[in-house]
Amino acid sequence: MAALLEIRALSRTFGGLFAVSDVDLDVNPGEIHCLIGPNGAGKSTLFKLVMGTYTPTHGSIRFDGEDITQMTPFRRVNLGMSIKMQAPSVFRALPVWQNVHIALQRRVPRRLLAAEEGRLLDLLGLTAEAARPAGELSHGQQQWLEIGMALALQPKLLLLDEPTAGLSPEETFRTGELVKRLAQAGMTVMVVEHDMDFVRQIATRVTVLHLGKIFAEGSVEAIVADPAVAEIYLGTPHANADS
Amino acid sequence: MFQRLNGPQTLGNGRGFWIGALAVFAVAVAFPAVADPYDVGNFAYFLIWIFMALGLCLMWGYGGMLSFGQTFFFGLGGYGYGVIEINIGAAHGGSLAALVLAVSVAALAAAILGYFMIYGRIGGVFFGIVTLSTTLALAAFVGQTAGPEWTVGTARLNGFNGMQGMSSLQLPWFGRDIDLEESALYYFLLVLLAATYVGLRLLVNSRFGNVLVAIREDPQRAELLGYDVRRYQLVTFVIGSLLAGLSGALYTAWGQFITPSSIGLPAAAMPIVWVAFAGRSDLTATFVGTFVLLFAFQTITIYSEQSALVLMGLLLVATVLFAPRGLMVGVGQSLARYSARRGG
Repeated sequence: MAALLEIRALSRTFGGLFAVSDVDLDVNPGEIHCLIGPNGAGKSTLFKLVMGTYTPTHGSIRFDGEDITQMTPFRRVNLGMSIKMQAPSVFRALPVWQNVHIALQRRVPRRLLAAEEGRLLDLLGLTAEAARPAGELSHGQQQWLEIGMALALQPKLLLLDEPTAGLSPEETFRTGELVKRLAQAGMTVMVVEHDMDFVRQIATRVTVLHLGKIFAEGSVEAIVADPAVAEIYLGTPHANADS
Repeated sequence: MFQRLNGPQTLGNGRGFWIGALAVFAVAVAFPAVADPYDVGNFAYFLIWIFMALGLCLMWGYGGMLSFGQTFFFGLGGYGYGVIEINIGAAHGGSLAALVLAVSVAALAAAILGYFMIYGRIGGVFFGIVTLSTTLALAAFVGQTAGPEWTVGTARLNGFNGMQGMSSLQLPWFGRDIDLEESALYYFLLVLLAATYVGLRLLVNSRFGNVLVAIREDPQRAELLGYDVRRYQLVTFVIGSLLAGLSGALYTAWGQFITPSSIGLPAAAMPIVWVAFAGRSDLTATFVGTFVLLFAFQTITIYSEQSALVLMGLLLVATVLFAPRGLMVGVGQSLARYSARRGG
């Protein structure tokens, strides 16, 4: 089966420092591919390279059979990618419903827009907050809103950068169930995550990044059982912090 | 159609607002019947400037692009009208063609300048600096065209003495052209301005407008939702600047005279003062606030031009300090809250 996302020999340097170094990675259709690794492993940088907000120093990226290495972010989105970034980024001054509306209006015809908007707000549990400025929502609600906006595009590939940061255990679990439902419906999901319980809950495949390189790749069980993986996490007492 | 005029991007969306707006329009239509011709001409003069204020409101308030270039495009429109009209004449729709062409020149210049700024990723304060420099360069250029060698066809630019000799707008009519002066000009401007206002309301409450405010809030997020951010910005810049070109062309047609001081630094600051004072986030607030300021400015100028300028400066400082979102927007929001409490 052809991979949906093919990353080949991808590198990105920042002033001589390799943030991502010679990475080869395939993401197959329908899988939930988790990217883990200690702080500074290059996970978020890799996401930004995939999304196009950074350009690679070297290497190539293909998406759905097309070379997207030099493509601007909005073109990648229009090919069927979307992302929830690490720091919640919603349109803070605009009401919640309008955030959703702006995400939906590209795809949904005008006469269906109101219904779709209501459905998505309902799914996000934000119907009661629809009229509030998005910046007034709690951190967790903003995370959900942003996930909802990414979903509104109905992407082939959904990128989630730390979707559970700041969520309660119960919200984290619900997020996991949502991601699993999406994958069952045919969406491919790539997740950067620190919370190993969450990774266990959802991952069909795990890639470990370390110092910008691929360190290990396999099923959740294999990765968790790998003593070398445990070792690179030692000495990083705040594995839950930012990468 | 009516629904599309209203939305989250504008204050004043209810039936009450539109009934009020129609009433104001009706008063404006009746005004020449009761006022003396001098006042009518004066009001026509006020209306001319509102186009460029609305253009700046669109770019700055809705699109987040603070342009100091409104007077640059005003100058292009103003001198453009003069040069073209003098060369082709006013008869048989010539002056209207000159108006359209002058505005097109401004729009083309905006497309070129905007392309290099926006695709060259000049943002934030540098956007203001580049647009201001462009304005000052044009003012300096036109200022040194006093010599007889500075002519375009039969039109002499005439430096700081000002260009003159163009005619007013002539509306082609069956058999005979209508000279657009005094009341006729006033009605022409009133209809054009009302159409512009309605057109901009449709624009900002459309899908385009949604994307525009999204870009103002967070350009990266907007791009990651699949929107070609720079194209939206360029289109907005062209529309906003084109309206300044329209103001300029109408100004020259109104006074049959234009000088480089219409382009210089004090002139460049005025649209910013109007729009900041009125409230850049709303078209209606900008419309009303600009009109009020123009009226006040002229009234004070009769006594002292210096003190009028100083007062404008103070007003800008006071607005920034005490009502950073603009005075008229504040008034508008209070009215909206009041009518919501009344259940209207």
